Amino acid sequence: MPNALHIVVCAGIVPDPLQTLEPVTTAAGPGLKNEMVLPAVLDPWASSALYEAASLTTKNPGSRVWLVSLGPKAKLQAVMMTIAQKVAFELVPIDGPIGGFPEAHSTAAVLAETIAALPGLDRSHLLLFGGWESATRGAGVTLQLVGEILGIADQFQGVDQIDLREDGSFEVLERVEGGKHQVSVCAGTPAVLGWATGGLAEPRNNPQIGMANMRTIMPALQKAKVAKLEANGLSYVSVSLPKQQRTTRVVKDLSPDEIARELVEWIGAE
Amino acid sequence: MGTVALSETKTMLTLPGDAVRQILWRFADRFDLQMLVQSARGVARGTVARLVAAGERNTHEWTQGKSEMMEAFDQAGVTAAFMEPEEGGFISGPKNLALSLAAFELAWVDGGAATASLAGFLALAPIHERGTAEQSRHYKQLSAPPQLGEDRKPWRGAFALTEPIPYVGVDTGMLSGKMRVAEWKDDEEPWLQVDKRGRFITNIAFANFVTAAVNSDDPRIKGSCVVILEETDEGIYDHGTPTKKLVHQLSSTGDPIFNLKVPASRIVGGYTVKDGVIVPNYNHGEIIEAVFRRTRVPVGVMTAAKLLSAVEPVIRYQRGRFRGAEGARPGTVRYEQGIQQREDALHRLVDVWATGEAATSLGFAAARLFDKLDPVEKRKTAILKESGIQGGRNEMKALKESEQKAMELLAMKPNDPRRVELEADPLVEYVLMDAEANVICPATKLWNTGHGTNMMREAVSLMGGYGITEDCPGFLANKWMDAQLEATYEGPEAVQRRQLTITMTTEVFLAEFRGWMAEMRRIASTGPGTGACTLASAMQLWLWTLNHLQKSVDPDGGKLYHGQRQGVTFALADALCWILASRCQILDVLELEAQGVNDPVASEGLKGTVQFLSDLCHTQAAAAAGEVSRICAELVFGYNQHPAWTDEGHQGCFLASELDELEETMPGISAFAMDVISADGSHPQKAGPCAGCAGSSEFLRLQNKLTMCLSGSRLAKDRAAETVSKVMIPEALDYPA
Repeated sequence: MPNALHIVVCAGIVPDPLQTLEPVTTAAGPGLKNEMVLPAVLDPWASSALYEAASLTTKNPGSRVWLVSLGPKAKLQAVMMTIAQKVAFELVPIDGPIGGFPEAHSTAAVLAETIAALPGLDRSHLLLFGGWESATRGAGVTLQLVGEILGIADQFQGVDQIDLREDGSFEVLERVEGGKHQVSVCAGTPAVLGWATGGLAEPRNNPQIGMANMRTIMPALQKAKVAKLEANGLSYVSVSLPKQQRTTRVVKDLSPDEIARELVEWIGAE
Repeated sequence: MGTVALSETKTMLTLPGDAVRQILWRFADRFDLQMLVQSARGVARGTVARLVAAGERNTHEWTQGKSEMMEAFDQAGVTAAFMEPEEGGFISGPKNLALSLAAFELAWVDGGAATASLAGFLALAPIHERGTAEQSRHYKQLSAPPQLGEDRKPWRGAFALTEPIPYVGVDTGMLSGKMRVAEWKDDEEPWLQVDKRGRFITNIAFANFVTAAVNSDDPRIKGSCVVILEETDEGIYDHGTPTKKLVHQLSSTGDPIFNLKVPASRIVGGYTVKDGVIVPNYNHGEIIEAVFRRTRVPVGVMTAAKLLSAVEPVIRYQRGRFRGAEGARPGTVRYEQGIQQREDALHRLVDVWATGEAATSLGFAAARLFDKLDPVEKRKTAILKESGIQGGRNEMKALKESEQKAMELLAMKPNDPRRVELEADPLVEYVLMDAEANVICPATKLWNTGHGTNMMREAVSLMGGYGITEDCPGFLANKWMDAQLEATYEGPEAVQRRQLTITMTTEVFLAEFRGWMAEMRRIASTGPGTGACTLASAMQLWLWTLNHLQKSVDPDGGKLYHGQRQGVTFALADALCWILASRCQILDVLELEAQGVNDPVASEGLKGTVQFLSDLCHTQAAAAAGEVSRICAELVFGYNQHPAWTDEGHQGCFLASELDELEETMPGISAFAMDVISADGSHPQKAGPCAGCAGSSEFLRLQNKLTMCLSGSRLAKDRAAETVSKVMIPEALDYPA
C-alpha cells in the first residue's frame, strides 16, 4: 500500500448560516447572540476537506481519516448526527469554546498537540486537511500554524483538487487570482492542504455509515479532553457583520447580451 | 456596528431546537433516531421541497421526479427505518417512534412525501405483524434498499384494503376482493385465484407487490385473509388509473385491478388445512387491527408537523409585513414588528402553535406507547399460547382476570405489599398498556388531523392573501388541504370516534383516567402555570358527564349513551381528545424542565423555553377546558325537553297574583321574576318558560369550578404572545418555497 494515507481533517463547527447572526459581547468576549442554542453545522470549507479526504481513502486502501474538532462537546455531538452519516472517519473531539473568536495560536497549539498524540498516526504519511476559510470569523492562519508546529513545510491553500501519483507524489490545484488555478507538484507527504470547495458534492446522509461511525464517535465524545484556550493578549474592540451590498434595479425587457455586457462592466469595475 | 452586551433573560431565545425537541419527545438518548431525523430532514428540505417548489404537485401522474424522491428515501435510510439491522435496516426493536419522527420531518415540508414513505411500511406491516417468519424475511429483504456494493432495485409495496369501488355494486362494509381455489392437487400446495379491485391505493403506480385483503368465495377456503400479490404472478396486475387527488400529489394513488393465480403460501401468517378446507391462521380483521392501531399514529403526527412548521414563516411574514412601504422606516415599530404590533395576530399564532405542540406531544406519546407495547404484546401472546389460548375473543376472555388485577393495581396504595407482584405480571402490564393504546391511537388520528386541519386554516389566514398563493413560504395552503386527507385516510373521523366510544368506557381505561386526573392535580400543586389544574377540572367534568349520560334517558326514554346515539357518544369522544392532547403536552414540558438542565445546549435559556412552553400548555388547557365545558353542557342539558306553556311546563312560574302578594313582604321581587302567568293565562311571548336546572347542581358546581380554574390562562397567553413577538428566528426558511 504505497499510497496509504493518514489524513487528519481539522474542522470546527459554526452556526447554521441561515440563522440570524448578531454579534454581542459576552463575559468571555465577543460572541453571537444565542450562539449556544443556534443549530450548528460543520464549517462548510472544512466539510469539503472531509469529503475529499474520504474520497481519497476509498481510492487508497489502507488509508485512515481522523476528524479533529474543537468545540463544545454537546454541539459536536449534535453535528455528528448528520456528518457521521456522510463518510467514515474517526472523531477526535476536543471540548472547547464555541465561536470564531479564540486566539489562533492557542487554538493551533491545542490542535497540533492532539494530532501529535493520535495513536497509530504515521506522520510521514500525514496529509493535514482543513478549510482554507471559515464561516465564522476565520483568522485565516490556524491551519498553517498547526502545520508549522507539526513541522510540515509543504503547505497549500485554496485547494480544489489533489491527484495522487503512483510514486507517492501528488499534484495540487490551488486557487489564484482571476479564477485560475496554480498547479503544484509535491514530492510526497506530509503536507498541509487548506481546501476551498473541492470538486465533490456533499454526500447524502446514510444512516448505515452513521451507525458504524457512532460505535467510535460516542465513546470518543465521552472521553473528549477539555481545552482551555489562552487569549494571549488578544482583545476585540468591536465586532460587526459584513454589510450587505444590494443595489437593485428593476429593468424589464433587457436582452441577454445587454445583461451580459452590464455584468462584465460591473465585474471590471470591482 | 459595535456589539451590545447580552442581558440575562427568561424569555425563550430562539425557536425550540433539536436539543429541546429530543428531550420533549424522549429520544435524547437515541442517536439512531437522531440520525434518522437529520437524514429525513435532509431529504424533506432538499429533494422534496425542490419537487414541490418546481410544481411536481401539479400532476396526478407518477413522474421521474417523484421516483427520484423514493430513491432519495432509500439513500437516506428512510426506507430502511422499518427494517431490523439483519434485514437491511439500522434501528433495532420497535419502530413506532422512529417512523413517526420520519413522518414528522417529511410532513414538515410535504404530506404526500410522508405518505409515500409510510405507504411502503403499510404494505409490509401486515407481513411484519402477522406474517410467517419466512414471509417477513423474504419481503423485507426485497424491500430493503441496496447495501453498499449491491446493485439491485428495492421492491415497493402497496396495501389494498377494503376500499369499495363506487357504483359497481360493492357494499362499503364488505371487502372488495374474493379468492377461490384455482388448483389443488393431492399432496401439493393449493393455488388460489384472487380477484381484487382497489381504490385509493397508495404507492400503486410502482408497487411490485400488494398485500390485499380478500374474502373467501369458495367453500374450500374459510373466512377472509390478507394475501400477497406480486406483479409477476400469472394473470392481471393492473396498476389502474391515477386518482385525481387535490392533495398529497407526491404520493401515488390509484384504483388497481388484480386477477391473479398465487400459491396459498402467500396467505399472510400461513394457513392450515382442516377437513379439506384452507383455514388462514389470521383473518383480515385480526391483521388489520394490529396494523392500523400503529400506522394511524404517524398520520396524526404528520398534521401536527404542519402546524409547527407554520410558525416560523408566519412570524417572518408578520414582522416583515410593512417593510418596503413608505412610512415604515428601519428602526420604527412598524418596520421592526410589522403586524406583530397587534395582539390579535400574536394571539392567533399562539393558538396555532399551542395546538401544534399539543398534537405533536399526543402523537409522539402514542408512538412511544406502542414501542413499549410491542414486546409486551408479544409476551402476552406467547403466555396465552402456552395455555392453549389463541385468537381475539378467546384472549379477551382469558384477560378478564388480569383486567381486575390491573384495576386493583391502579387503586392500590404505594406501599401495598401486592404492588410488586402485580407490577411484575406481564398480563397486567399488557392490559394497562393496551387500554391506553386503544384510546390514544384513535385520539391522535382524530384530534390531530381533524382539529389540526381547522388550525391550519387559521395558520393560512395569518398570512393574509399570500397564504393561499403558490408563493406562500412553507407551502401552507398545500398543508391545509393535505391535512384534510390525513383526517380521512387510514380510517376517517367517524371510524376513530366509533372506536373511542367503546374503548374510552372500558373499566381499565377509566381507572387510568382517574389516576391521570389525580396526577394533574399533583402537578398543579407543585408547579402551577401549566394549566394542569384547569385540565384536571375539565377531566372531572368529562367523567361526571360520561357517568351521567350512561344512566340518563331522553324524554322518550331512549338511552343517551348508546352506540347508535352518535350525537352523544361522538361528542364525548371529541371532548376526551382535547383532554388527552393537553395532558401529553403538559407532561412533555415537565420532562423538559426536569431533564433540560442536564443537556448543555437545552439548558441554555432553559427557563425561558420552559416558561414559554408552559404558557402554551396553559393556553391549550384553557381551550380544552372550554371545549369540554361546552360539549358536556350541551349533552347534559340538551336532551332535556324545553318547558312549554302547559300546566306541567309552567308549574315553576309565578302567577301575577302571587307576585302581588309577595311584593308586600319582599318589595322588588317582581323585577326578578322571569316568567309570570297573568290571571287570564297570558304569558311572555316566547316558546316556553325558561328551563330550570333541577338535578344538575353537581354539574353546575363542577362547571363553575372549571370556569374559575381558567384564571390566569389569558395572562399566560399574553406572555406567550410577548415571546412570539421577540423570539429570534432564522434569516430565511431552510427549504425552498
